[in-house]
Amino acid sequence: MSIFRYAAPASFYPLAGRLIPWFAAIAAASILIGLYWGFFQTPDQLGGTNPQKEYYRIIFVHVPAAWMSMWLYLVLAAWSAVGLVFNTRLSFMMARAAAPTGAIFTFLALWTGAFWGRPSWGTYWDWDPRLTSELILFFLYIGYIALHSAIDDARRADRASALLAIVGLVMLPVIFWSINCPDPNQCAALHQRSDLSQMESNIFRAMMLMTFGFWMYSFAAVFMRVRGIILSREAESAWVRALVEAKA
Amino acid sequence: MWRVFLCILGRDITLAMRRRTDVLTTLFFFVIVVSLFPLGIGTEKQILRILGPGVVWVAALLASMLALERLFAADYEDGTLEQMLMTPQPLALLVLAKVTAHWLLTGLPLVAIAPLVGMQYHLDDVAVGTMVLALMVGTPILSLLGAIGAALTLGLRGGGILLSLLILPLYIPVLVYGAGAVTVSAVDFADTQPYFSLLGAFLLLALIFSPLAAAAALRISIE
Repeated sequence: MSIFRYAAPASFYPLAGRLIPWFAAIAAASILIGLYWGFFQTPDQLGGTNPQKEYYRIIFVHVPAAWMSMWLYLVLAAWSAVGLVFNTRLSFMMARAAAPTGAIFTFLALWTGAFWGRPSWGTYWDWDPRLTSELILFFLYIGYIALHSAIDDARRADRASALLAIVGLVMLPVIFWSINCPDPNQCAALHQRSDLSQMESNIFRAMMLMTFGFWMYSFAAVFMRVRGIILSREAESAWVRALVEAKA
Repeated sequence: MWRVFLCILGRDITLAMRRRTDVLTTLFFFVIVVSLFPLGIGTEKQILRILGPGVVWVAALLASMLALERLFAADYEDGTLEQMLMTPQPLALLVLAKVTAHWLLTGLPLVAIAPLVGMQYHLDDVAVGTMVLALMVGTPILSLLGAIGAALTLGLRGGGILLSLLILPLYIPVLVYGAGAVTVSAVDFADTQPYFSLLGAFLLLALIFSPLAAAAALRISIE
């Protein structure tokens, strides 16, 4: 028995159904522990050159959301590429299912970032490179979803939006660097680096736990959505009918 | 290979010349959008000089995008595109020919009228020259990238709005460096060199990859 057996929607559907509770439970546990750890086991104030008060704690939602937003776009583009190369239907469904979750995380990252920016920068929005590229990532997600839902023919919708996702992936670093150093003469000076190893260890742990929790949540959400997609796409097939009859 | 390229190029230009309003509409759209800004934000010379490069570039983005819808639409409706897909010549080459024609008809007129528009914004001679150069290098990139979007949204309802959603985010690097070059030229023209290098690099990349991507998109849209 090979793992590729699960490339067929009919056999992936029950597998995803069995896995969802596990992913959901792990996600809930790590997010709860992560939030507790982040709120009660970490210093109340960040010292150093750039002192921050309690509001720095938004990091526990903000950074994991930003990481997941980028990671899920990578996942989306990877499934799109797999789908275009091997012509497997489930890959396209996975890509389509990952898009809304990615868009939500992108929005969450922007939203929490604005709330963090207000006390620390004195403004909700600044044309900071990271903010701007996150905003553009959001546009790319929206474009993908819009193109997919504008096309009625499922096969064309899958393939067209997959191509768009890959074009977007190629453009993403270009856009990122364009915003990151609008003046090519000063590229080196502008790059911002955040160093994970300099973080307080409790903050780091809580953040990583939250990231893990968000990741597991993404699995659960994407699997739930992909099950819905599978059912609607395969509504005419024998196994779905049998499933419906068994339920009824 | 060249014969088929020139053949399509000539055909598209002839067709457009038979219906000149399409070309003029894009051009006047550009002029109107650019003229609206001073009316909205006030006619202070200092402000206009700062805003000018960005406004002209955004208007060029919008104008070239509006024209994109027609890139494949007519050929799609009368079945010519399907015939093109079946020719033995590589589809990417045919796409490149169509994009070239599209640029000559919509991009080049914008470049030509840019000095006039620059005067509305009190840009000095160096800035106007830089703008013309930057538009010359930048607008073909817009047409090339746009072709991918036009091919993907072929024959969809509400294709125009959708197209803008897909393509405008991809236009950002061109906007940043195109407008950046003009802004920098106000200080010293020599400083614009890296901007032009990057725009040129984008153009070369787009020339190679976007006809291939657009050809793949066309095959997806028509099958």
